Amino acid sequence: MNSTLAKGHWSPATGHPMVPQPAVITHVQPEAHGVMTYTLGFRDPAVGEAYRFHPGQFNMLYLPGIGEAAISISSDPAEPAALRHTVRIAGNVTQAISRMEAGGVIGVRGPYGNSWPVDRAVGNDLIIVAGGIGLAPLRPVIYHVLRHRADYGKVTILNGARLPADLLYPQEYDDWRSHDIEVVVTVDRADETWKGRVGVVPILFYALRPDPKRTTVFTCGPEIMMHFVVYEALARRVPKDRIYLSLERNMKCAVAFCGRCQYGPTFLCKDGPVLSYDRIEPFFTVEEF
Amino acid sequence: MTEQTPLLGGQVVISKPALQQLFDALRTAGYSLIGPTVREDAIVYDEIAQLTDIPIGWADEQAPGTYRLRRRDDQAHFGFVVGPHSWKRYLSPPSLRLFATRRTGDGFSVETSNDPPPRYAFIGVRACDLVAIAVQDRVFVEGPVQEPHYKARRERAFVLAVNCTEPGGTCFCASMRTGPRCSSGFDLALTELDDAFLCEVGSALGAQMLSAVEWRPAGAFELSRARQAMADALTRMGRGLNTHNLPELLYDNLEHPHWANVAERCLSCANCTMVCPTCFCSDVQETSDLVGETAARVRVWDSCFNREFSYVFGGHLRPNTRARYRQWLTHKLASWTDQYGVLGCVGCGRCITWCPVGIDLTQELAAIRGEGQL
Repeated sequence: MNSTLAKGHWSPATGHPMVPQPAVITHVQPEAHGVMTYTLGFRDPAVGEAYRFHPGQFNMLYLPGIGEAAISISSDPAEPAALRHTVRIAGNVTQAISRMEAGGVIGVRGPYGNSWPVDRAVGNDLIIVAGGIGLAPLRPVIYHVLRHRADYGKVTILNGARLPADLLYPQEYDDWRSHDIEVVVTVDRADETWKGRVGVVPILFYALRPDPKRTTVFTCGPEIMMHFVVYEALARRVPKDRIYLSLERNMKCAVAFCGRCQYGPTFLCKDGPVLSYDRIEPFFTVEEF
Repeated sequence: MTEQTPLLGGQVVISKPALQQLFDALRTAGYSLIGPTVREDAIVYDEIAQLTDIPIGWADEQAPGTYRLRRRDDQAHFGFVVGPHSWKRYLSPPSLRLFATRRTGDGFSVETSNDPPPRYAFIGVRACDLVAIAVQDRVFVEGPVQEPHYKARRERAFVLAVNCTEPGGTCFCASMRTGPRCSSGFDLALTELDDAFLCEVGSALGAQMLSAVEWRPAGAFELSRARQAMADALTRMGRGLNTHNLPELLYDNLEHPHWANVAERCLSCANCTMVCPTCFCSDVQETSDLVGETAARVRVWDSCFNREFSYVFGGHLRPNTRARYRQWLTHKLASWTDQYGVLGCVGCGRCITWCPVGIDLTQELAAIRGEGQL
């Protein structure tokens, strides 16, 4: 009888794809009200050495007893050892993370998802459109462009936030501008300190005359904002397959088991979160899809 | 005869009481037998030991929103079809601890489970469910990431399949081309004849298990009777579904007014997804002790019909039943093919039977196709 049990290979915990790696918070940078950037270093040097990510990918951040949340990586892909996440307080996990300080330990697994197609966009003009926390997953693209500036034509960043105090990374805009990047900033509602533009992000397109033959649009922000970004880009004849969006859905596993991040044919955790508009067009305007 | 091992792919005949010998052989080999048994007026899958534990002489009458057991006039061993349980209950349990973590002075450690995974022998797996298992294999082991708990259970499982000769009132496996005959994915497959079982050997392990059972080679008479029973079963399906261009049909009708019609009846109770043998969606929850010293990641079945399922910061993406039912059916019969290369429905009919208001996807699809009258 075939009664011998396979022995010794059963280690579901260490072998489970959802086991996080401990990482130490080395720095906490307040960014805006309820938004902080955490710099992380893996506790296990071998894990840190091997870790690489592409712009637009995300990690699952875990706190024992609290849970896990999918958070985009907001740092420079050329410096994977200085792994940073910009976290906005939204749920119980991000709330608990916001109470942590440098020296605290957090679980990390990833990176997951696909990335902004920075290689496909080589030779193109780039329009990077961000709303609110949506700038966080786009910042790695900006860092990539800074390092490979000659690979791209005209680069424009259209960035907006609800209030001036909500703008992310304002201290970096001058550096970006010094690399021949146009940074246009707007807020939905101004306060007495604000001397810049007021209005929603998509209207910043009004001043643009992109060349449809050589323009790529990357956008991340509230879905309603992205609807109008797509509208404005299409109105300027940017091809559908050159308009890329980063979509958000709830993710519980990030390895396509939990089913929550489905967007039509795609699982955003593995086929996304970055999708070109031609792939999502049939669903993008369907209510409650 | 009992000293020999039958040939792979061969057909043998075993008497009905001899099935107990097979059960004994499986138990001796270290398997937990999971098979059909009567509990709370339904046939469910649970641990069994004896041949008498299975619902001999029982039949199930199924219709939209209706399931009743009745006594049969004969002593058929497998004279019923499928109940509210499916094998996913054992391969991907409703609640499963994935791993545990323990707080340490400077962080946390991950705790390993040393318990070997269970070794199941599934007794009485129907053709539709064999295909359903193969569908879930694509989700959990054939993708880029393998789920180790599912994989370990699956690899160790012994499958004793049963060909359906009496399809149920909500069955439509013929439409989905998944049954009623078991074509692959089993170790042994039985066809119940009046006085014996015809047994097809599907694997070397199946052949090996038969060596402890009294059997004789199948004769032409038994083979033809089984063939005839299968052919008859094909014509007696309780339901039918036009599968022509299903993905296109659904993708082209995301705003069809019929979704609102279904939503007037659907309770969004999630029963259909719980009984579905291919539905795999889950939630992952954190459980911890009161002081937060130890915690565990626990995966529990979830459903696209639950409100929380579509929650993102800022609200629920599918607050209305119309969108949830559309998500479910469009996933099953359209996007599933994009994701896994096969449809997500095997025609088992469970979602029709166990829907408390009797929503019948074959009728809803016909209505969307413009063929049905509701």
